[in-house]
Amino acid sequence: MRYDVRLFALYRERAGAAVVSVDLPAGAVVGDLVAAVRADYPRLAPPEVRIVVAVNAEYADDAQPLQPGDEVCLIPPVSGGR
Amino acid sequence: MIILTDEPLDPAAVTDAVRQDGNGAVVTFLGTTRDNFDGKTVTRLEYEAYDAMAVKKLCEVRDGLRADYGIDDIAIAHRTGRVDVGQISLIVAAASPHRQEAFEACHEAVNRIKTTVPIWKKEWFADGSRWVACENHEFADAAEHPHHHALATAGD
Repeated sequence: MRYDVRLFALYRERAGAAVVSVDLPAGAVVGDLVAAVRADYPRLAPPEVRIVVAVNAEYADDAQPLQPGDEVCLIPPVSGGR
Repeated sequence: MIILTDEPLDPAAVTDAVRQDGNGAVVTFLGTTRDNFDGKTVTRLEYEAYDAMAVKKLCEVRDGLRADYGIDDIAIAHRTGRVDVGQISLIVAAASPHRQEAFEACHEAVNRIKTTVPIWKKEWFADGSRWVACENHEFADAAEHPHHHALATAGD
């Protein structure tokens, strides 16, 4: 199954693309998708940093199963401030 | 009222959206582009949003505040794209019969927006830029990989 993954802000710049594609076996979960993107783009984030994912515009944990047609986005840390 | 736009924001319009005769207090917060960070001159900010999710999360912030503070009238507007020094990037207006709830709800709204809404802020300096809040994404070996310098970009 092929998934298009949208990247924003820091991740978009580091990958040099707003959308990247990964192929995953049936039954893959969010964590598998992140691992596949990280394998293709090792400079996206340091290994110790957890990459946050949104599926269909909602935050998703690594165990969430992926469905064909899901809109998947990688979410860098949001703007912060104090 | 929930607005996400790349156009300049109108604080009067957002404030008016929460004014009701039953409210005795209106609190409006404006987030504006500051001209400095850590001793460096900031020339402009740039905001990027995941639009569909950002609007959804802004609505959730509003709805959560309505439930938590017992007030109805909350309006939020966020700008995207380039926001020059002194210009407004965020407006939160909250109104309530008495002032305490409006102050607290407005304050909490900004906190929740900054932690849950997928909108990213880039600070531009004379000599580069950085994505705010992404310090944990610096690579330990960044100095050895100048072409992958973690947060700085040389400019477009």
